[in-house]
Formats: sequence, C-alpha cells, structure tokens
Amino acid sequence: MAAVILEAQGVARAFGGLRAVDGVDFALQAGEIHALIGPNGAGKTTFVSLLSGRIAPDAGAIRLAGQDITRLPAHLRVRRGIAYTFQITSIYPRLTVFDNVALAAQSRGVRDLQAAIAAALARVGMGDLAGQEAATLSYGHQRLLELAMGLALQPRVLILDEPTQGLAAGEIAAFTALVRSLVPETTVLMIEHNMEVVMSLAHRITVLNFGRVLAHGTPEEIRANPAVQAAYLGTGDAAA
Amino acid sequence: MGFGPFLLLAVMEGLVSAAVLALTAVGLSLVFGVMRVVNVAHGAFFMLGALVAWFVAGHVAGPPVWGWLAALVVAPLVVGALAALVDISVLKRLNYEPEAVIVATIGVLYILEQAALMSFGPDARPVAAPFTLRLQLPWFGYSGYKLFVVVAACAVLAGVWLLMARTRFGLLMRATQVDRNTARAFGINVDRVYAGTFALGAALAAVAAVLVVPISQVHYLMGADPLLLAFITVIIGGLGSLRGTLVAALVIGLSDGVISMFWSPTLSKIIATLLVALVLVFRPQGLFGAKA
Amino acid sequence: MKVWLFHLAVLVALAVLALILPAYHANNLARILMLAVFATGYNLAFGYTGMLSLGHALFFAAGMYGAALPVSLWGLGALPGLALGLLAGGAVAAAVGLLALRTAGVSFMIVTLMFAQAGYLTVIYFNQTTGGDQGIVLSGAGRMLAGLDMTQDGPRLMVALGLYAAGLLAALALVQSRFGRVMLAMRENEERSRMLGYDPFRVKLAVLAISGLYAGVAGAGYALLFGYAGAGFAGVQYSILPMLYSLMGGAGTVLGPLIGAGAMFYLIDIASGLTTAYLMGVGIALVVLVLFAPRGILGWVRERVLPWLP
Repeated sequence: MAAVILEAQGVARAFGGLRAVDGVDFALQAGEIHALIGPNGAGKTTFVSLLSGRIAPDAGAIRLAGQDITRLPAHLRVRRGIAYTFQITSIYPRLTVFDNVALAAQSRGVRDLQAAIAAALARVGMGDLAGQEAATLSYGHQRLLELAMGLALQPRVLILDEPTQGLAAGEIAAFTALVRSLVPETTVLMIEHNMEVVMSLAHRITVLNFGRVLAHGTPEEIRANPAVQAAYLGTGDAAA
Repeated sequence: MGFGPFLLLAVMEGLVSAAVLALTAVGLSLVFGVMRVVNVAHGAFFMLGALVAWFVAGHVAGPPVWGWLAALVVAPLVVGALAALVDISVLKRLNYEPEAVIVATIGVLYILEQAALMSFGPDARPVAAPFTLRLQLPWFGYSGYKLFVVVAACAVLAGVWLLMARTRFGLLMRATQVDRNTARAFGINVDRVYAGTFALGAALAAVAAVLVVPISQVHYLMGADPLLLAFITVIIGGLGSLRGTLVAALVIGLSDGVISMFWSPTLSKIIATLLVALVLVFRPQGLFGAKA
Repeated sequence: MKVWLFHLAVLVALAVLALILPAYHANNLARILMLAVFATGYNLAFGYTGMLSLGHALFFAAGMYGAALPVSLWGLGALPGLALGLLAGGAVAAAVGLLALRTAGVSFMIVTLMFAQAGYLTVIYFNQTTGGDQGIVLSGAGRMLAGLDMTQDGPRLMVALGLYAAGLLAALALVQSRFGRVMLAMRENEERSRMLGYDPFRVKLAVLAISGLYAGVAGAGYALLFGYAGAGFAGVQYSILPMLYSLMGGAGTVLGPLIGAGAMFYLIDIASGLTTAYLMGVGIALVVLVLFAPRGILGWVRERVLPWLP
C-alpha cells in the first residue's frame, strides 16, 4: 500500500451548536483519486476547509506527509503543497487568463513564468485563451481556468470542491479524463455529487453523514454498503 | 466652590452633552443598522438643522419661544427631506456599496458645508433660548433650558423607541435590517424604507441641533465635532446596536463633561479617537454590544 | 518597452513644460508634482491593492514634520531631512497597518481615519513644538537641498520634478513586477489569493508601508520646497485629497494621480478666485466621480484607447 500523504485524526469543528465535522479520521494515499461524498450538509466542504486551513479545527490533528500542520495558516499549507479549488468558481475576473495562472505559478517561485503558464493552460486545453479577460470566459472555461491555477501550483494534494457542478455532459467527459491524467504525480481529493463521475474516477471513496465518517472503501464496497444506501435513501438523494 | 458642587456642575454639563450626543448618535446608528452604510455627512445634517433653526427663529415674530418651536418642527422636516433626496439621487444609485457611500457622503459633507458658507457666511450667530429660567442651587445658578434639553432629548428618544417597536414603519425597518433581499421578496418597498431611514437619521441630528443652538451658536463648521463624537459613540456602543449607542452616549457625554473640566479637551479627544480605533480592531462588536 | 518609453516621454514633456511655464504656473506645477507623489503612493494602496485608507494625512504629516522639525530645531540639512521624512512616513504607515489591517472595508476606513485624527490632534496638542495651526516656517540653510536653493523657483521645480520622476518610475516598476500582480490579486479576490499561497496581511502591510514612504517623502518635500509645515496638512482633508486625485485621474493607473492632482489643483485655483467656498468643487467632484465616472480620466482612456497602459 502506498504512503499516506494527508491525514486527519479526530478533527472536529462546530458552528454554534451544529457539529459540522464531528471527529473524523481520514487518510489520503499518495497518488490516488479519492472522492468525498455524502448528503447535503454532511460536512464535506467544512472538512476539506479544515484540511486546507481555511478554517481552524476545534479538536484533532492534521498531518501532511507526516508533519503536523494543524496550526499552519492556509497560505503556508498551499506553499507546502495543498491546493484548493473553490466550489463556487473563484478566479480573478478582471485579470487576464495569463495573469490568473501566473499568480498561481509565481506563488511557488518558478523562474520561467511563460513556460509554466503555457504548460498549465495546455493541460486544460486553453492555450489559445491566455490573453482573454477571465470574466469573459464561458462558465466551463472558468472552471477549467480554476483547475489550471490549481495545476500551476504543482501541488502534492489537489482538493477539488464539486468540480463538475454546472458543466455540460461533454465537458464532464473531458474533465474526467483530465483528472485521471493527474495521478499518480498528484494526489486528488474531490467532493463530488455526480455518482457517475465518482464511480468512474475514484480509487477510494469516503462517505460523510452528519459530520461523521459513515463508510470508506473502494467504489464497489461503497455501492454495496447498506448504511450508505440508507443514508442516501433517507435524504431522498438516491438518484444523485 | 468646593469639589462636590464642582463635580455636580460637571455631571450636569455632562448630562446635557450626553442628551444631545444620544440624539445625534442614534440617528447615525439607525442608518448604519438598517442600511449598513456609514453616513459621513451626518454632521453636516446637524449643522444644517442649526442653520434652519437660526433662519426660522429670525423670521417668526413674537417671543423667542414661537420661533424656536417653529424651528423644532421645520428643521427636521427640511433636513429629513434633503436627506431623502440624497438617498434617492446618490446612495441608491451606488447600490449602497459601503465604500462608495463613504466617499460620496464625504462629498455631500463638503457640498453642504460650503453651501452654508456661501449663504450663511463664516460668522457664528446666536439663537435666542425659548425661555430664560435660572435655577438657583445653593452653590451656583444653572440654566433651566439646559435641563429642559435633557428632558426633551429623552422624550424624542422614547418616541424613536416607540416608532421602532410599535409602528408599521418600525417593523419594516427591522425587517429590512435583517435581510434586504428577503424583505424585498416579501413585498416591502425597500427603497422607501431606506429613504425614510436615512431621512429619520438626519432629522434626529437636526432635532439635536435645534436643541443645542440656544446653548452654543450656529456656525458652518459646527458639524465636525458632533460627527466625530457620534462616530465614537456608535462604534464604542457597537455598530448598529441602538441600546449600546445609548449607553455609550451616556458614558461618553458624562466623561466628556467631567474630563474636559480637569484635562485639556484636545488630550481627551486624542484618547477618544485612539480608543475608537482600538475598539474597532480588537472588539468590533463594541464595548457595550452583544458578542456577535 | 513601449510602456517605459511612454512614461519617459511624459517625464520629458514635464521637463519641457517646467522650462517654458511662466513663474506662477511653474510654482503651481511644483506643488502639483509633490501632491502627485503623495497621490501616486496613495493609489498603490487604493487603486492597485484595494485598501481604501482615510488616514494618509497622517503619513504625509509624519514626513512633513519628520523633515521640518529636525531641520528647524537642530539645523539638520535638507537632504537628510528629506530622507528622515521618507522613513517617518513609511514607519508610521507600517505601524498603523499592523493594527488597522486586522480590519477590512468600512472598519479599515474608520480605523485609519481615527488614527489620522489622533495624529492631527497630537500636532495641535504639542503646538509649542509643531507650531500648531500657525505652523513652522523653514528658512535659509534648511532649504539648501544638495546645493540647490529651494527658495528659488527654478531649482525648486527641478527638485519637484526629480522626486516625481523617481516616484513614478518606482511605481511603474512595482506594478509591472510579480509583486504588482499580487497587489491586484488582493484587490480582486483576497480569499482566492490566500489559497494560492499569499498572506494577505503581509502583502497589504508591505504595500501600505510603501505607500507611506511616498506620503512621507511628499510631505517632507512639500515642507522643504515651500518652506512651511503646519497642522492643516495633518487634517482629514489631506487624506481625502489623494483619494480624490486618484479617483479623478483613474484609480489603478500609474499616471492618473498626476492628472487628477493637476486637474483638481486648477479647478480649486479657479474656484477660489470666484468664491471663498472653493472647497465646494471638492465635494461636487467626489459625488460626480463616484456616481458617473468611477474609473476616472485615465481609466476611461485605458478602456477605450490605450489598453496596455499600466
């Protein structure tokens, strides 16, 4: 079995009285694609926010490649190799595509910006759009730009929060192929609602419900797990 | 005069400034609370209220009390109407974007002050008190009008509280405060509520000015100090919290009255402004506001 | 390359203007240039990085008194005075930033305003030293800057132009650098920038300190060039003016502050010939700009004609 790259141990976070994440143990294997699923409000986004450092945990520990990063601020976690792409497209709309990706690439101090940007944009198939203002891109291209920014960081762990949301069917297929090509150089952790994408992409799946881990395992194991089925049926989310 | 009576005098002076401050600050706080914008022109509305009071008092014949009473009615109406106009023609078009509103109301402040300078001139002018009653205490005599100011301010504040708690407009304001979009979805005319709130805030400043002009004088730059003090009060009391604003007005008004008797007013202002900055940095919910 | 040539051409044009202008306007140009240095620095914080400060008068005054006090009290030379003013502006801005940058938006505006107000009152409070509203007049030796006599129109304008040229080129280099891109990133989307590995607090603190250096050297230059430092320059008006110049010339443009300072200076100059209420123009300009032309003159030009303008 491959080495664990990102690990959470008993992490918890409450908002007011609501325990959004309630003692989660989690291990991400280097080089895998790992999907995080669960009904709405299960605490998925809160959990990845804890991993990326956007919010601080009330309890528990987070380790990156064995090093404790629980108290490390978000921007330093990014420097250590955890990239996060937002659920709601978060780019710099008034800057060019080039500048958007440049901000990611120069963050890790690359010498040759031009080359790094060209490589990241070529990877997502947007090489010819570098000069365009990001706000004028189509929605699908904006999501791809967000991904290109994540790639330009050359992260060890890439966290994708609902990356296929709002994409057309053709775009999803291209996106799936792209994510598959990222491993094993990068490790991918993705929150995803589209079960087709999850089942075809993920090597392993973790199911969250009410802030706790309900199950984890391979896609086949998750599909066969009665507790998971109950959770999804219980919230009327079975079709997802 | 011994220390005790001296302190009593200081407290009485402090109560008067607290009363005027409470009116001005509640106006500012109301606007911030409901509309989430900071009105830098609030002091200019105060000045304008004083100016209208001077104008009206000079044009009403008979004993001073008639002119003053007329001013008490006319000044808030005129100033409120002007504020509503500013809201509709400027703030609304900025979509109440907080930073743009500050820049724009700085502009309005300059325009009003300079317009006052052009029409009213650079001199300070007095307005006669509606009545001259002197209370003779064992140690010193005290202006009955000043005590009346305290009572009148309390009455107006009670009126504001009734308006907020018991009337339909108050309900609309509170609903809009909670969530502008939801309020709009429920069919509340948010534009009208905003214009009304902005007018009400300015009118309160005007009332405070009418109360204060017989004690001080009318001058085109007289809005600066009330603005600063109201600012300090609103922030120390917790942005948007009316109760916090009242408590802060009392504390600041009283301490201002007492401190400036013993210390230089400049020094106490330095301390106050630094306090405001530090409160905003370290305790943004205010000293008296509930924790967010 | 095109960008640098363009700005060098602007500087050459200013130099030519400085040679041919009649004395009255040459003197105005010197003042405009110093105010433009101030506003160029303000615009780095406001237009490029998105920090709307209402406290820059404090940094300007820090530079002004940082130069004027040592020069008048201890007979320090004008050149070290200028350097002291520069550092004073930067240091005060950094100190204010350490506290104020814990807040954002409206709170940041109020906190900076309050610090500046406290600074203004402090200048008044120590009027024995600072001269308060009367101010201090610098004379003689204190106004000999590197062998140039600042009481003479010609050398004064030359120094003003030199300071502006240095400020302009430094600003140009900054906004075109990788750090300049990060400044824009903070303005556009702070949370995104954090998740690309940038610490918003440190970036903004650095820019505020740089902006303070500009304000400091502008304040010091103003005092030394025109021989006067007074409490009026610490007042809230001098926080509003650089914002107004930036808005008018174009927030987030390198040359905008100069254009705004020039336009506003002559607007006020003309108005003050007509009425004592010449600040009316400031008020109207603020409202009109915010309402109808938030991009300013150069912002408009960049949008329509010269998209490559930094």
